[in-house]
Amino acid sequence: MELGFLLGSIVKILGILAYLYGLLWVLARPNRWVKLIGVVGAFGVVQLALTDFGGFQILTNFDSGLLFQACAMTMVALGLNLIYGFNGQFSLGQWGFYGIGAYTAADITYRWVNGDARGLLVVGFGTILGGLALIYIGRWLKRFRGVPVLSSFTLYLIGAILAGTVAVYIGNALNPMFEPLLGTSLNPGILNSPLALQIVFFLAVVFAGIFAAEVSFLFGLPVLTLGSDYFGIATLGFTIVVNVLMINSDTILPFPEMKGGRGMVGIPKLTTWFWAFFFMMAVIIIMRNLIQSSTGRAIISVREDEVAAKAMGIDVAGSKLLAFVVGSFFAGVGGAVYAHFIGFLSPGTFGFLQSFNPLIIIVFGGLGSMTGTIAASFGWIFFLEGLLRVLLSQMGTEAPTWRFVLYPITLLLLMLIRPQGLLGNIEWGFLKQKDVLPRETSAVDQPEVAASKA
Amino acid sequence: MTTISTILEISDLTKFFGGLGAVRNFDLTLKKGDLNGLIGPNGAGKTTVFNLITGIYEPTAGDIVFNNTSIVGLEPFEITRLGIARTFQNIRLFSNLTVLDNVRIAYHPHTKYGMADGILHNRKFDVHEKELTEKAQDFLAIFGLENLQNEIAKNLPYGQQRRVEIARALACEPRLLLLDEPAAGMNPREILELMDLIHFIHDRFDLTILLIEHQMRVVMGICKYITVMDFGQVIARGTPKEIQENERVIEAYLGKGAGHAA
Repeated sequence: MELGFLLGSIVKILGILAYLYGLLWVLARPNRWVKLIGVVGAFGVVQLALTDFGGFQILTNFDSGLLFQACAMTMVALGLNLIYGFNGQFSLGQWGFYGIGAYTAADITYRWVNGDARGLLVVGFGTILGGLALIYIGRWLKRFRGVPVLSSFTLYLIGAILAGTVAVYIGNALNPMFEPLLGTSLNPGILNSPLALQIVFFLAVVFAGIFAAEVSFLFGLPVLTLGSDYFGIATLGFTIVVNVLMINSDTILPFPEMKGGRGMVGIPKLTTWFWAFFFMMAVIIIMRNLIQSSTGRAIISVREDEVAAKAMGIDVAGSKLLAFVVGSFFAGVGGAVYAHFIGFLSPGTFGFLQSFNPLIIIVFGGLGSMTGTIAASFGWIFFLEGLLRVLLSQMGTEAPTWRFVLYPITLLLLMLIRPQGLLGNIEWGFLKQKDVLPRETSAVDQPEVAASKA
Repeated sequence: MTTISTILEISDLTKFFGGLGAVRNFDLTLKKGDLNGLIGPNGAGKTTVFNLITGIYEPTAGDIVFNNTSIVGLEPFEITRLGIARTFQNIRLFSNLTVLDNVRIAYHPHTKYGMADGILHNRKFDVHEKELTEKAQDFLAIFGLENLQNEIAKNLPYGQQRRVEIARALACEPRLLLLDEPAAGMNPREILELMDLIHFIHDRFDLTILLIEHQMRVVMGICKYITVMDFGQVIARGTPKEIQENERVIEAYLGKGAGHAA
């Protein structure tokens, strides 16, 4: 039994890696129809494997849980890799943004299915108005030379708070219009139809991501001026603050539905394989395109040498902020997807010890390697939560705790044998930078001719 | 007075690090098309002057006027975007990136597509990215580096790293180029090539160049006008010939009495 399970798990992990390789390979094809068919096929294969054919199911419910968890983790870890691996800013705050995304999206859909549209309205208007406020304040501040960071931070903060207040008023004013259409949880109205719920879920995930991004902007603006190590500590503080707020969300924050430390229950389980796949692919494509554009090169140059980057005309502070905001957006989206598959949020999940998980994954997969991050996210979840948990539980009820001894040892060995991470900076297919071929003829005049004459 | 032909005017520039006056009452004027040198013994404050011009340090007092606008208090990247590029004394390439990417990064401020185009990888991105890559390759070709474009920068030999750094600085499309000891660590043959190269880029890109150098044959060979610093102050100015005969300069380099002995 154990041997069979072990072999089965290894086959599954290898299968997933082969699947990821194939997916990235097909995405790299130049023909856009081949690409489209490939992606739809990749989606369909797993969808079929998840389908229950009268008792026969290739991927069990346990596996599908792991799969969704791995998708969420991929998004979070890719975001962190953008911040730490590509931009060089050591951050432990990713888990806080993950939590913010999870709770925000969960609150929107929870309220919606319970006949309260304020969650969506307030968060929706809040993020849009807040985003506009931040953009316009930023444009206005550009007119001045040498504005201290804390002054601009104060202005941004005031703008964001005003936008939030306005959003609360709008939400309260518009809510009565929605109430009759929503119905109650026992007697759902037209806006609680399955289709409407899917749209609300999509909006909830996007708004949760944007909200996390806006929080990260406000937090990052003053904190990113700190040096790398200090920034790490400050972001750790952020994760702890978010966690404490979660634990006390029903007492010091006005969110009784989050139930504080007891954990938020009754979140509609809206994450299907379609959504998990959709958001994960969106994150992968956005990040890959960003990295391979001029903006991405600017982000990487900051990691390589800040002084030289400045001397090359790159707005170092701006690049850091951009990477941090985009990375947090990914974390927020990942959190939202996670919340709707697990259906239950406990502050314990977002504690600061767990905040090291994405960090371990990106170091394991290779800093600055997107492929490594994706592979490590899937590998990590399936190895730690899948294989080891089941395998060790055969040896006694307390034995699963041993996985927290086994995997640090694995990590230690990897760091000794391959300090650059599992994949180093190898990228697969779609994620690989296209080689630029040297040009055949050079029509440019060269000084070498003069040198040889001299 | 600042006139049209003046590109850089530094007046009374002073920088104190705590109680240490690294640069004191430094004056310098560059006209368009100048190829001037800044020399002085170790620790004279030459690199500090460069760091003050490029905004890495903020001056304690004094003014720096570039193209008739004061650049004191601007961020380094803003100064670069105005048209001042530099190289570093200890090479500061983006060492884990390819040679081509090193040059392409310098193009970032001039990129004609935005972040949104980059994320979408749309047609605008394709067109301008190709254009940008070709421009970067042009620069590499000028420096004879076109075949090394896909090499990782840190794997190149020293002399070529210097060339990449100059190519990268030129890709910023500067009006004024500051070279900090470009010949450091080069062998005599490489130095000859470098001198040709500096002349070449000076003419071809219509540049104004200010260079710090210890190798006297470089300075005396290519600079039209030289400023000598010692202990943060200007001790002499003049043509290479005048400088070579200046007593104070010889004293600063070789010590008191050496001038008489020579």
